[in-house]
Amino acid sequence: MIAESGHYALVLALGLALIQSTVPILGARWRDVALMNVARSTAIAQLLFVAASFAALVTLHVSSDFSVVNVVENSHSMKPLLYKITGVWGNHEGSMLLWVSILALFGGLVAIFGNNLPISLRAHVLAVQAWIASAFYLFILLTSNPFLRIANPPMEGRDLNPVLQDIGLAVHPPMLYLGYVGFSISFSFAIAALIEGRIDAAWARWVRPWTLIAWIFLTTGIAMGSYWAYYSLGWGGWWFWDPVENASLMPWLAGTALLHSLVVMEKRNALKVWTILLSILAFSLSLLGTFLVRSGVLTSVHAFANDPRRGVFILLILCVFIGGSLSLYVFRASSLKQGGLFAPISREGALVLNNLLLTTACATVFVGTLYPLALEVMTGEKISVGAPFFNLTFGPLFVPLLIALPFGPLLAWKRGDLLGAAQRLTVAGVVALIGLALVMAWTFGGSTLAPLAVGLALFVIVGALVDIVERIGLFRLPLGIAAGRARGLPRSAWGTMLAHAGVGIALIGIVCETSWNSENIRTMKPGDVTNIAGYGLKLESVTPRQGPNYREMAAKFSVLVGGRVIATMLPSKRNFTTRSATTTEAALLSRGASQLYISLGDIAPDGSVAVRIYHKPLVLLIWFGPVLMALGGVLSLSDRRLRVGAPKPAKSYRGLQAAE
Amino acid sequence: MTRKQRRLIIIGGSLAVLGVAAALVLNAMRDSIVFFSTPKMAAEKHIPPGKRFRLGGLVQPGSLVRGDNLKVKFEVGDGSNELPVSYQGILPDLFREGQGVVAEGALDASGVFKADTVLAKHDENYMPKDVADALKKQGHWKDEYGAAYKVNNAAPGSAAAGGKEAAR
Repeated sequence: MIAESGHYALVLALGLALIQSTVPILGARWRDVALMNVARSTAIAQLLFVAASFAALVTLHVSSDFSVVNVVENSHSMKPLLYKITGVWGNHEGSMLLWVSILALFGGLVAIFGNNLPISLRAHVLAVQAWIASAFYLFILLTSNPFLRIANPPMEGRDLNPVLQDIGLAVHPPMLYLGYVGFSISFSFAIAALIEGRIDAAWARWVRPWTLIAWIFLTTGIAMGSYWAYYSLGWGGWWFWDPVENASLMPWLAGTALLHSLVVMEKRNALKVWTILLSILAFSLSLLGTFLVRSGVLTSVHAFANDPRRGVFILLILCVFIGGSLSLYVFRASSLKQGGLFAPISREGALVLNNLLLTTACATVFVGTLYPLALEVMTGEKISVGAPFFNLTFGPLFVPLLIALPFGPLLAWKRGDLLGAAQRLTVAGVVALIGLALVMAWTFGGSTLAPLAVGLALFVIVGALVDIVERIGLFRLPLGIAAGRARGLPRSAWGTMLAHAGVGIALIGIVCETSWNSENIRTMKPGDVTNIAGYGLKLESVTPRQGPNYREMAAKFSVLVGGRVIATMLPSKRNFTTRSATTTEAALLSRGASQLYISLGDIAPDGSVAVRIYHKPLVLLIWFGPVLMALGGVLSLSDRRLRVGAPKPAKSYRGLQAAE
Repeated sequence: MTRKQRRLIIIGGSLAVLGVAAALVLNAMRDSIVFFSTPKMAAEKHIPPGKRFRLGGLVQPGSLVRGDNLKVKFEVGDGSNELPVSYQGILPDLFREGQGVVAEGALDASGVFKADTVLAKHDENYMPKDVADALKKQGHWKDEYGAAYKVNNAAPGSAAAGGKEAAR
């Protein structure tokens, strides 16, 4: 019964979405308030039905109902409860249901918190949301129904892929989807603006919090995924330039550009046409990501061709939405009014440069991700585009971006003073040079690129601080006054500082990990001691253990510093019986921001173990940086100016500008 | 500054950045793209020693020899040709004789493929995509190899975690 109810709720949600996608638009045409308000109630009802459907699937998984195909294929009665729940979205059908649930959630939030939106704008936004939702409901119901029953229910399920039986699955996909799908709101706002043919600074204020929410989740989602890969794959890599990772990086780059262009639009009423395009692109890239991951095209172009239903359906959705929105853009964008003027050297100019470099970097990732697919489809030639390609393209484009980054917040709107900004950044430059010299001296004879990159990162971090220091008059005014000013400073300024500093911090982590990583791969027997980066590691024992749905061989290492044991590390090798698959559980020991990392290879019959030991200096900064960026986003979001309830309608935007 | 001048500057700047990006992409395409070959294709193409490529095929049963210091030697075959491979390091969990493998590296002067990376996927009967496609083309495909396609697509957005295990 639960499966059927879940299925039925999903069908009802589709029905509601179809109503929501048409009636409000007609209402806006006829200026009928009642019809326009249908959008609000249907959006909320839709959310309730999808939530019911999702809850049904979770219930089926938790109760191990093996009469449902999805549960049989991805669950096991002995699986821990957490993985029974997360297993819901550890498969194609369930993850698509999560996708539409989050879409409905965002639609419902706009309906609930969008009271201050002009009613026709809200009607249009929710209608566009419903177009997307309808397409994906149809996709699930026609090609990926998670509620299918099985004729002869087996006694036991086939268990979830062991690699996915990790806390990472509980956090990473939902975060990532909140980010991907969150961009649907800015997309819907953009389409609504194009349909209405009207856009102004207030529009940017309404869109910015939603974009910011999506961006925060996408940032943490990507960082979380990277850390998951790092500790679960057993060889300490944290970014692979794998197409699926690139699929999440592209919307992030476009979304970051969008966040910045929205600032220009909100404050200066400029870059309107460009901002609309970016809103469309950010969500289009999210859709592309969904297509790449969900169609199977990455696993094999041939698998895609052999079972084309799902792939073709998503491709169709992709074409309709991207093609449709871009055509609408081409036809309507020219009718939008031009915005304010600004000199090339100005805050606007800096943000345009930011946008230019971010979107170009995004384009290189796009080429590197899709070119191999295109080449294989056209010529059958197989190539792999890996890290070297992206280091040679993405890297050089990010360098000018990082150099320009501290200048942006120091330039005035409309017409900036580059020399003045440079003078104020002297401190940052000096710190960067000192850092560069110190690192250079310390690693004498090593690569010169790495110390330069550390210098650049310091420049970015100190540059981000300089803006705040200047604005609150720290070191210049008495401490009390500075503290008062600090409290008075808008939270979004603190947010900017944190996010920008986060970029520099992540860069330091990346440079240190890639340049000064030590590795020690060898076979050890119990009692053996090996050294890495000043630590001694003694293999104490290798013992078998039994887990809930696996068996494992666990090794015990003592970590020695100067002959004294400071910690023990317990890496293991797990064998999952149901799928007869093996996973490697690495052991990590954090020392400050650096980590020791041990993972096990083969265990020979004579008791000797192949081990892989890494010392990764400052590796944690790689993820601490994005966390800071996300925190900066949260702070900006809590800024009074941006609260979802705060924006005023268009007529008063002149007044809003004066307040800046 | 007039609107027109401003626009010219922005357009000029954008074109310049795009031009640089295009140059970077083309340059990187020339130097850093790695082609995929099976032993048969490698023999036909006469790949010169030192040129990096990805070698894919089946680990020949009985060919795996383990030496000291985690040195291993094995042969990769595709049904018609075999190529000896040498590697030092820890092999991935799913490296087995008779199963698919992808190794990245280059041939040395004596015709041995020196691998610096060996990839295998996490599912026990998984066949790396490139290997499967190549075997299909050459008519050495067995249906049970394909059984794992569905599973390895399971991780939403976490390619790395769901997808790839590599040994360096």
